[in-house]
Amino acid sequence: MESLLTWLETQLADNSIFTLQTLSHYGEGLTTTVQLVFLSLIIGLIAAVPLAIGRGSRHAWIKWPIFAYTYVFRGTPLLIQLYLIYYGVVFVDGIQETWLWVILEDPFVPALIAFTLNTAAYTTEIFRGAIKSTSKGEIEAARAYGMSPGLTMRRIIIPSAFRRALPAYGNEVIFMLHASAIASVVTIMDLTGAARFVYARYYAPFEAFLFVAAIYLCLTFAILYFFRHLEKKLLAHLQPQTG
Amino acid sequence: MKKVLTLSLLGLAIAASSAQARDYEEVRIGVDVPYEPMEYRTPDGELTGFDIDLGNALCEEIGVSCEWIVQGWDGIIPGLLSRKYDAIMSSMTINDDRREQVLFSDPYITPPSAWFAPEGVEFDVVNAETLTDMTIGVQRGTLQDNYVTDMYGDVADINRYATADDMVLDMESQRLDILFLDFPVGKSTLLDSEEGNYIVVGDMLTEPKEYFGDGFGIAFRQRDEALAEQFNEALETLRDNGTYDEIYARYFETE
Repeated sequence: MESLLTWLETQLADNSIFTLQTLSHYGEGLTTTVQLVFLSLIIGLIAAVPLAIGRGSRHAWIKWPIFAYTYVFRGTPLLIQLYLIYYGVVFVDGIQETWLWVILEDPFVPALIAFTLNTAAYTTEIFRGAIKSTSKGEIEAARAYGMSPGLTMRRIIIPSAFRRALPAYGNEVIFMLHASAIASVVTIMDLTGAARFVYARYYAPFEAFLFVAAIYLCLTFAILYFFRHLEKKLLAHLQPQTG
Repeated sequence: MKKVLTLSLLGLAIAASSAQARDYEEVRIGVDVPYEPMEYRTPDGELTGFDIDLGNALCEEIGVSCEWIVQGWDGIIPGLLSRKYDAIMSSMTINDDRREQVLFSDPYITPPSAWFAPEGVEFDVVNAETLTDMTIGVQRGTLQDNYVTDMYGDVADINRYATADDMVLDMESQRLDILFLDFPVGKSTLLDSEEGNYIVVGDMLTEPKEYFGDGFGIAFRQRDEALAEQFNEALETLRDNGTYDEIYARYFETE
């Protein structure tokens, strides 16, 4: 590790912008971005499953509140949601004295809440679309076997619907990665925050932003590859048969 | 024939030089608002402040008309270099890093930077020990940002804001423990408006020069030396004839 650092230092010796210090800013930014996006996607995904099922419910009191939630969070810019959650909570009187402030004080948690609510709304709609498009034949066959609605949902509808939702969900993951770039407006030093820091310090927009764009491209490529692999495995039964 | 050629060449040269002088019948000046009391808007949206008044007086003295163009701080130098405007007059501290990019006028004011904290803060000296685990607020890309990053980046958390307003809001909501900013700005946004709640901690800083520079200057593109010279001369005149003191008294208490 030590020798790697010295090697890096000699490589960067005549570079005034990409010093070890700025590279460590980018490194920390990468960690923050990945944490933020990964956590919000996981929590959002877990929340979206029951929400998507509820969204297709016959009961109005389940269906409409979920619709209202997804409508609001898909119908407003993420930046506005982030501002409202980060700066808005401050205007709740006496919030600084409650236990909530411990988690809301740090910008990471408000950003995580905003991102999670946003991605959960989109994911809910993606899953609901997939659930709705399950072929009637499969459901009737399940009924004919004597499965209850709950069992049909668990064994038939959800497994096939989630497979069909996979390509659309892969896009949502990439969108979320790109949307996370706005986290820097609430002082989080994510990848974009690091790029803006370097830009403002060295007045070098091209170097700062091209470098960060390359990192985002690598991340996007990794996500694409992961989902292609997953699709190949899970959607194998939809591929044309050969041989 | 030779004469005609010489004459027409001379004519071309005169035309070219007068075209260059005409370039700046109007000077567009980039400014980032709000940054009270240096530059901000009145309730009806008019730009005002020390920089604006002094800038207009300078333009009048030179005999050019001024147009103010509002531009966010972190893109203000690239904006100058890409010719969106011809000068920057926006509380910009003269320092060596910036000198590589732009040409500065003589300094027109030298305000110190100061630490601001809520009243009842538990220390009265600012150093690495007292700042340990504190959250410091600075405006991104400012000299205060550079200073704090280099001096206390290892011991304290630094939150960087796009505007001074966001920073003050987070100070009021207790997300920040201490702010580091230009004294005049902190005075008008924290000391004057939240009477009694905030105090200046420790010494005000104007040293070391590698961070705090030589005061605020007007920035021009490197090649506009003539324009910078005109502003320097005008500044000299305004200092001599009392106009400068009059504008200064308008925004800073004279003690």
